[in-house]
This record gives sequence, C-alpha cells and structure tokens, in this order.
Amino acid sequence: MNGGGSFTVAVASGKGGTGKTTVAVNLARSMGTRVTLLDCDVEEPNCTLFLYGGIITTREVGIPVPEVDESLCDACGECSRFCAYKAIVSVGSAPLVFPGMCHGCGGCALVCPRGAISEKESRIGTVERSECGSVTLVTGRLDVGMAMAPPLVRAVKECSRAGEPCIIDCPPGTSCPMIAAIRGADMVLLVTEPTPFGLHDLGLAVNAVAEVGIPAGIVVNRTGPEGLDVGAFAKERGIPVLLEIPDDRRAAEAYSRGELLVDAIPGWKSLFELLRERTVAMAGGRMTREFRQGRDRRPE
Amino acid sequence: MREIVVVSGKGGTGKTSVSASLAVLAAPVVVVDCDVDAADTHMLLTPSPGRENAFLSGHMAVIDPGACTACGKCLELCRFDAVSGDTSGIYQIDPVGCEGCGVCARFCPSGAILMEERNCGVWMVSSARTGPLVHARLAPAAENSGRLVSLVRTEARRIASEKGLETVICDGPPGIGCPVIASVTGASMILAVTEPSLSALHDLERVLSLAAHFSVPSAVCINKHDINPDITERIESAMKERGVPVAGRIGYDPGFTRSLLTGMTVVETDSPTAAEIVRLWEELLSIGDSGDG
Repeated sequence: MNGGGSFTVAVASGKGGTGKTTVAVNLARSMGTRVTLLDCDVEEPNCTLFLYGGIITTREVGIPVPEVDESLCDACGECSRFCAYKAIVSVGSAPLVFPGMCHGCGGCALVCPRGAISEKESRIGTVERSECGSVTLVTGRLDVGMAMAPPLVRAVKECSRAGEPCIIDCPPGTSCPMIAAIRGADMVLLVTEPTPFGLHDLGLAVNAVAEVGIPAGIVVNRTGPEGLDVGAFAKERGIPVLLEIPDDRRAAEAYSRGELLVDAIPGWKSLFELLRERTVAMAGGRMTREFRQGRDRRPE
Repeated sequence: MREIVVVSGKGGTGKTSVSASLAVLAAPVVVVDCDVDAADTHMLLTPSPGRENAFLSGHMAVIDPGACTACGKCLELCRFDAVSGDTSGIYQIDPVGCEGCGVCARFCPSGAILMEERNCGVWMVSSARTGPLVHARLAPAAENSGRLVSLVRTEARRIASEKGLETVICDGPPGIGCPVIASVTGASMILAVTEPSLSALHDLERVLSLAAHFSVPSAVCINKHDINPDITERIESAMKERGVPVAGRIGYDPGFTRSLLTGMTVVETDSPTAAEIVRLWEELLSIGDSGDG
C-alpha cells in the first residue's frame, strides 16, 4: 500500500479486447503528474504502440533453473521426487532438466543430498523502459515459446517507483498471470463491454479480484443504446461504475492506428480526467458514499 | 482426426464467435473451450450441461498455527512471496501467491506445514446442437490453467475417436503463454483471428511465431476487415511475407453481438457475414486437404 498521494491501480478484465490498454494509456496520459505505467500483459504488450518514447534500457529477465553437476550426482532421484512441476526428471546417471516447466522454487537444489545442483538464470523475456513525457513506461515482453508469464510480471512490478502513482496494464483472464499483476495493488479497474460475453467475464473477474481482496471499480467501454445494463450487475455486486466510454467509430479508428483517445477525439480529455479523479479518490479511500453510487454521463 | 485451434494473440478479436460458427458449419463435431479462464463458448452453443468433474491439480501449503513456532524459515525460503509473518509470530500462507512447490513444508523444522490438494475448478462434457462440448471453469484466481487445457483437449480427442467424429474445434485463449502453448501443441492447424489494428497485428505476429515454434501450420482470418482498410492491407502483405494464408475476411457486423443475445451463432442468422464465414470454412478445408497447409 502506498501513501502520500501515490497509489497503484491495476487495469484488468476477464475478457480480452475490452479496452484495458486503452484505459491504461489514456489514464496515464491524463494523470497530470509523473506516473509509471507498467505493461504487465507480457504475452502481448501493446502500450508502446500508443506511447512513443525511445527505449532507454532493456534488461533480460530469467528464472533460476537447476544445473546438475554430473560429477557430484549419484542419481539418487531425490530432486525428481521432490519437484512438483516435473521439471527435473531422473533418468539413468543424472537427471534431465526441463527449463520450460520450472517455476524456479529452488527446491531441487535444497533437497539434493550431495550438493550437486546449482541454479543458473534461464531467460524468459525482457523488461524495457522508456520515457514518454510525464509517463515512464515499463514493458515486459515474454519470449515466444516461454510458458511462464508470472515471474516476468513480478519483474516488471519491481520497477514501480515510490512516491509516484503507478498504473498496471494487466493480462486478460483470471488465472496466474492476471493475479500476479493485480497482487499488491490498491485498487483494480475492471474494464468491460456491455455485451453478454463482457458481462459474463466481468463476473469471473470480480470473483477473482474478491479472492485477492482488492477493491474494484468498473469502466464500461463502448456503451450504446443496444448495450446490456452493466449498472444493474455493478449495483448487485456493490461495485461502483467509475466511467462509461461511449461506442464511437472515431475511437475504434484512433485505436487501430495506435493513437491516444484523449488526443484524437475532442472532449475526451475530460472523460479520462474524470476517471483520474474518481480513481485517485477511490485508491486513496476518500470516496464518498454519494460518489460511490454515482454513475458517469456521456461526454457533451 | 483434424484438430483446428482458434487463437488470436490479442483478446476480443472474435475467436469465440468464429469458432462457434465454424462448429455449426462443421457439425457434428467435438468443440472444446480451451479459454478456461473466461470460458464463453457455452453462451453461443447453449448446451444442456453435463456432469461437473472436479479438477484437482497441484497443491497448496497450509500452516498449522498450533504447531508453528514462528521461526521464519518458510518466509525465508518462499520465492513466491506467499508467506506473510509478523513480529507477533503469526505466519500465514496466501493461497493466491502459493505455487505449490512444497519447499516450505519440506524444510519447516516443526513439520507445521501441510501440502493440501488444490481444487482448481471443474470440467464438463455437455451436449450441444453441434455435438459434444468439452468445457471447464477455472476456480477464481486458480493456478494450473495450462493443465486444465491439456485435460479438456485430451478428453475432446478421446470423445472424437470414440464417436467417430473427424473434427475437433478448439476455442483458444488469448496471449502466447502457458494455456496457449497447451492449446496448440500437436494440433493439425491454427486459425488466428485478427482485426485491422496495430495492436492486433503486433499480437498476431507473436502468436504465429509461437505456432511456427511448435511446427503447427497456420491460417489467418481478418475480422472487421473494413474498419481500417489500410491496416487490413498491411496484415495481408505481412502474411504473404510469412507464407501464412489469409483464409477469410469478415466484415464489421453488429449481428455478432445481436445473435449472441439469442444464443445463436451468426451463421444461423441472415446476417450478411454468414456467407463470409461459410467461405472461410471451405477455404480451411481446402488448405487442410492440400497437405501441410
């Protein structure tokens, strides 16, 4: 938990493609102060497509995987019996290591009675840093073919800076990568769309966030006359709707070209400034009851 | 047996709508929903639900407060930040952080930590108008989605061979990580559904590289191709360069969402895009027949 005006807000959703990145980048641009944006959707990071700034540093991230010294190993098989992930398997004279399965718990090295196992870093991806005006963007990029996103998500999160607000663009879904991304945040913005899929997956995301015990607010994207009533669901679950973003072809077009909505569409700057105010209030626990029940209007 | 896995990289491009439509065209087929995090196929195929089977996978550490001496060994050894302990001597495991490795339990000097089997969700074989639907529901914030994907895929293939059905259609998850790898390895073909945006193209390239990495042939379908013709053109030329066929183009169609409200796929309505999906299916069949795609 951060204090003194700084906070961490995670932007998440169950369903993919509802507008997490759109909300994260436009909110970051509307903060009016220095802010760190962490792109934790390490499988498909897209924030850099919207916020341009040269990459200042790129750092490789790895997880510690076992390395067996065959001259010390007596093939007792203890490592293989211990490993919960079948990442080290005893066959013949020395165990075989499958780095793709390894979670990097370090257990095999600890249980080896002969001290034959050490650990070496095995690369899973990179963390890039760039400066885009007032936004420091940190992007995690999982190497293609690597299964294990959570360690890279955690490496990206280590780049948040004390005393500065932090926005996290999360991966979709409700399992380990999403949970790794939202853990420790002060609040979660759940982005949804008013469709049956959107509403169904919002329910799943609300359950996952509740499991972690973080307060949530909802952003409804692409609202229109044909949309379902997300407000009724929100009320039933006691979660405030912090913003409704209208369905607008200009938004789809600007998004497709990698443009920020606050720059591309006149009047939308105030929309995201409203989200900023409500997010800051909620993250700081300063939200009034009236505010909590309030719902946003469309922009003029 | 032919197993077609529908993926996208980026979420929300239309994987579920397209795969359920293909299932209607290919019926009778086995459909498997591999997006176990946010499984939605049942909303379009509206099956009569099958019996729920528990998905027990992996373990979770639990500290017995009566036996714990607050020595702090577990806190020191855990690499997943799952142990919390304070000066008052109360140590706890956060189930959400625990990855079930067992290091804390093994090295607890007072044997106060037990590894409990973890209930990570349920899976079902339901009966839809297209044939059997194998689907699952991951428990909120649960681990092991990749293992659950492998389980439902294996079950789908078993049912297909038992019933003599030649096609399995998998509705895949977004991304390129663990559950996607579990969805695509060993499949006959990947159909990547994309849309004309820079994000979708970026994500498409990564998921196609993943398919190439695992030597699975791919084809692409551009959904909402008319939203941005310039980027559609860029996608087509990028695919030409990669040697990946564009098997279909589907126009922007609000009918996708409207049909969903009635529990139907878009090919079962008089929507103008229905014919485009029929052509996509025919193209996929001819790519499959021509050998290695």
